[in-house]
Amino acid sequence: MAETANAPMAVSDEVAIQIQKMNKWYGTFHVLRDIDLTVYRGERIVIAGPSGSGKSTLIRCINALEEHQKGSITVDGTLLSSDIKNIDTIRSEVGMVFQHFNLFPHLTILENCTLAPIWVRKIPKREAEQTAMHFLEKVKIPEQANKYPGQLSGGQQQRVAIARSLCMRPRIMLFDEPTSALDPEMIKEVLDTMVELAEEGMTMLCVTHEMGFARQVANRVIFMDAGQIVEQNEPEGFFNNPKNERTKLFLSQILGH
Amino acid sequence: MSDTHAHSVAFVRTTMLPEQPPPASEAGVVKWVRENLFKGWFNSILTILSIYFIYVIVSGAWPWFANGIWNTSSLAECRDMLDGMTGACFSVLTERWNQLLFGFTYPTEAYWRPTLAFFLLIVAIAPVLYPKAPRQLLVFTAIYPFLAFWLIWGGTLLTPLMVMVGLIAGYFAFKQFERQSFAMGMLAGLVATVVVIWAGGIIPASMPDVMALHAIPSRDLGGFMLNMILGTVCVSLSLPLGIMLALGRQSSMPIIKWICVIFIEFIRGVPLITLLFVANVVLAYFFPPGSNIDLVLRVIIMITMFSAAYIAEVIRGGLAALPRGQYEAADSLGLDYAQSMRLIILPQALKISIPGIVNVAVGLFKDTTLVSVISMFDLVGMIRGPILASTEWNGVYWELWGFAVFVFFIVCFSISKYSQWLERQLATDHR
Repeated sequence: MAETANAPMAVSDEVAIQIQKMNKWYGTFHVLRDIDLTVYRGERIVIAGPSGSGKSTLIRCINALEEHQKGSITVDGTLLSSDIKNIDTIRSEVGMVFQHFNLFPHLTILENCTLAPIWVRKIPKREAEQTAMHFLEKVKIPEQANKYPGQLSGGQQQRVAIARSLCMRPRIMLFDEPTSALDPEMIKEVLDTMVELAEEGMTMLCVTHEMGFARQVANRVIFMDAGQIVEQNEPEGFFNNPKNERTKLFLSQILGH
Repeated sequence: MSDTHAHSVAFVRTTMLPEQPPPASEAGVVKWVRENLFKGWFNSILTILSIYFIYVIVSGAWPWFANGIWNTSSLAECRDMLDGMTGACFSVLTERWNQLLFGFTYPTEAYWRPTLAFFLLIVAIAPVLYPKAPRQLLVFTAIYPFLAFWLIWGGTLLTPLMVMVGLIAGYFAFKQFERQSFAMGMLAGLVATVVVIWAGGIIPASMPDVMALHAIPSRDLGGFMLNMILGTVCVSLSLPLGIMLALGRQSSMPIIKWICVIFIEFIRGVPLITLLFVANVVLAYFFPPGSNIDLVLRVIIMITMFSAAYIAEVIRGGLAALPRGQYEAADSLGLDYAQSMRLIILPQALKISIPGIVNVAVGLFKDTTLVSVISMFDLVGMIRGPILASTEWNGVYWELWGFAVFVFFIVCFSISKYSQWLERQLATDHR
């Protein structure tokens, strides 16, 4: 995989996500401050930063799991408003993978994957199942299709969660610390799946502490602290030549051991 | 040891050992008795004492059962036949059997109607309770309430048919307007239902003899039949109402939220018996003058509201127990509110709530006997009133109350067993 690591992957100049002067408060606490971010189609962005820096909140604002109070977010040309129909449309275009997988424990793996296509996209059940099996094969667990999430390992569950998002054929994928709840030996299988996805040109925003992953697949690394974007650069420049003091401190801590 | 080469370190088994039964002290009854009844001297003493007490109770009660008399027509005759011996006078049950089941004013020639309704009830609830029952039966389940109403109360079949048509119209109106918004759909459905039933009410009123059974007024219903009617109707109505209240209480819309909170807190803060008195006496003031809402209907409304408030709180517990991630995952896939509730949240929340819901349902079923204090003659009302007050059976307490206890126990215990079975069926989390 190392060969592909720094090879330029196709990034178009079509804008996928445009965030302008976005601010968010929890009560009186100012979590996100004047966020400006443009994501181009096919771009893979890794967002790093200390805990509490607002990186998860930022990507959760993009599919309206969190509400923002000021500024604008435009996803795929649709301005995110408080209208429920508008939010549901954006959510069905944007896939999300969570730290704690959030699979539906009362449904089988296959049902987890077909539920949204059937009910949101109104795709016939048989077709949705074929799509689901296709993506389950892609994340290499088709044989688990009829089991329940509780019977799978953490790494397998997270791969199912990725497949579940892919079944909606999203144009953008958000990852919220997808490997933070996993045992070390399972992190690799999830990261491999994500690398594969990146190589296919999926637009990805990924909050993670996996700096190896960032070096390997990211076009851009964004460093956040105290609710602001402190530094952003290509991985090469970001890791080898950080400019901001906080970035330097963070990198020395995270890469130090 | 002959088959192992005992002198060398390397080991190769040449013959397989046959399976042998465990020693007698480690298997079957002997083991069970040893571990459970005679483990240590203290347990042994307790066991022997318990056996003695069971013996005393059974030997005392047995002659009472064995000498029981089943075929006299009054307590005095029982006493004559027993002639001083201990013995039960079960003949009150056989002689008043129909009264215990149907009350004392329900016409004898119509007994077949509630009996048929009861057996059809079993067919109708089968597909709801057992997922393996044929799905086509659900159509019958949908028709059943109207059929049962017609069988028990009589009158023309057109009345329940008209209500059914009204509900179907309401459903289609709901579907039509649901696309705009859920609240609009609910409102449109409600309006359509009321209009169709109200306007269509002319049809059964003008043709009272089409497909008509002899009409029986509500005050003639009684006995265990009344408990069954109240129990089934109120449980099946209060579950959906309770779900709506629980969801409403979580709603982000303040008006809906506060209506639900006030309703739940008010109803929970009031004893059921006062609500029943309200139903009996006061409720009439709230309806337009001249409208005569049936007493059984008023009682059904009150009991339903009462248990719905409790069920709502039980379900709220289930909703609160779900991790936030489940809501977020459903949201992030683009499911709308109704879909995420129906497909993701409620199946899990209701599963968690089963023990609590069953608790309320069992309590509700037993509470239906409270109607006896507002002079309705359910099973308890029948025993307390017409039967014990009659000259023939004055004084037959044990047999009658024992029968009531037995009947309620059978029903409630079955509900409890069913719920345990259901919980096992739904356990998919493999903890």
